[in-house]
Amino acid sequence: MSPMRCAALLAGLLIVASAIAGASEDLPREKQRSSYDDMAPATRAMQDADTDNPGMLWVLDGEALWRAKTGSAARACADCHGDAKQSMAGVAARYPAFDAKRGGPVTLEGRINACRVENQNAQTLAYESRELLALSAYLALQSRGKPIAIDEKKLGETIAAGRDIFRQRQGQLNLSCAQCHDQHYGGKLAGNTIPQGHPNGYPLYRLEWQTLGSLQRRLRNCLTGIRAENHAYGSRELIALETYLMWRARGMSMESPAVRP
Amino acid sequence: MACAATVALAAPVCAQNDVKSYEVRGDAIPQSLTGTTGDPTRGREIVTNRFVGLCMLCHTGPFPDVPQQGTLAPDLKGAGTRWSVAQLRMRIVDSSRVVPDTIMPAYYRTDHLQRVAPQFRGKPVLTAEQIEDVVAFLATLKEN
Ligand code: HEC
Ligand code: HEC
Repeated sequence: MSPMRCAALLAGLLIVASAIAGASEDLPREKQRSSYDDMAPATRAMQDADTDNPGMLWVLDGEALWRAKTGSAARACADCHGDAKQSMAGVAARYPAFDAKRGGPVTLEGRINACRVENQNAQTLAYESRELLALSAYLALQSRGKPIAIDEKKLGETIAAGRDIFRQRQGQLNLSCAQCHDQHYGGKLAGNTIPQGHPNGYPLYRLEWQTLGSLQRRLRNCLTGIRAENHAYGSRELIALETYLMWRARGMSMESPAVRP
Repeated sequence: MACAATVALAAPVCAQNDVKSYEVRGDAIPQSLTGTTGDPTRGREIVTNRFVGLCMLCHTGPFPDVPQQGTLAPDLKGAGTRWSVAQLRMRIVDSSRVVPDTIMPAYYRTDHLQRVAPQFRGKPVLTAEQIEDVVAFLATLKEN
């Protein structure tokens, strides 16, 4: 008998299985918990004191880049936006945002790059480059302590697309994000406490990485962990996941630049 | 193998890429996947190696030499008392046949998976030989 017919024999069984696995709900707001709450006191102390937080080195670079005349337009971010402490206060807590011109979501990194191309006549910066991490860390700092609030009316479709990916079992290990971060947070995966998977500290300094990294880098790490095909930086899928995660973390306090184990 | 010959309690599962066919009876796979009995010493290495068996990511077990065990799954202590060799084989090969929505990966199945990374596509997590080694080792975990 052909493998096709064999697959059909099993299909019924597996449809039942995935229907059960799909019957999950969004993490309720009253259960939200930042990874910060589960960190060792020494790691918390590192995040809390700006003089000890390695992420502040990127913030300092970002502040310099904010004021530097860039691209063939020879214009600095500050030339248009002035003092970031005022003009950028709370902005990162609202990203990804709906971009009317593109008719879809734009991430903070995507907005920085759009400003470079359209207003500075400069090249885009690659994800995880020192400059893009520095600028996004500097902007995200201006939202520290602010509650996450993305535009759920305009981004409804993207949130729904991200939720679908979050709940899809994938990879050779056949796990979904939701199975770890909705259903098993607080448990130990080997030595690591499984966090709820909130995006409230990015870009953040990971001791394991020995560097600052973007949220998308973290998402790619988790996809690698379950042996799934990865999504490219800036892809529609990672933007959708990022948007869903920000919605799921709505109301939580921004911690950027956070420190994580 | 004749897949059409499905009878009550006996469901043959057909060969996929690197996965040979085997027959399921109830919640068990009575026949060795390789035709021989596995090696429990090699099985212990697979089970306790975080990058090969991955078992200790989720399970705890009576292995004092293994630091940082997971807490997502039952303790493997006494697994060889709770289950027969044939039942253990089923649980490693494809535990979703026993608990449909389990988080435990199927170690010997390459179909009905989505978006598998290219380097793992068409390959089971463990080979038939490795599964038999793991099963032979689990069968030695008799203490309760
Ligand atoms: C097998 C379990 C597992 C799966 C599946 C998984 N993750 Fe994770 N995730 C973890 C663990 C464990 C950590 C913490 C890493 C550490 O502390 O080393 C983590 C960290 C994270 C974080 C960072 C939280 C923080 O505070 O920095 C985010 C965000 C995240 N995951 C999202 C996802 C998404 C989205 C998916 C699916 C594409 C996913 N995860 C799939 C186990 C998992
Ligand atoms: C991602 C998590 C995960 C991994 C990895 C994993 N398991 Fe499991 N396993 C489970 C869970 C959860 C159960 C309980 C069944 C259920 O309710 O889903 C289970 C059940 C079992 C059982 C039967 C339960 C019992 O009473 O003893 C055995 C035996 C077992 N696993 C062995 C293994 C071995 C051996 C490996 C590695 C080759 C392994 N598991 C890898 C999660 C996992």
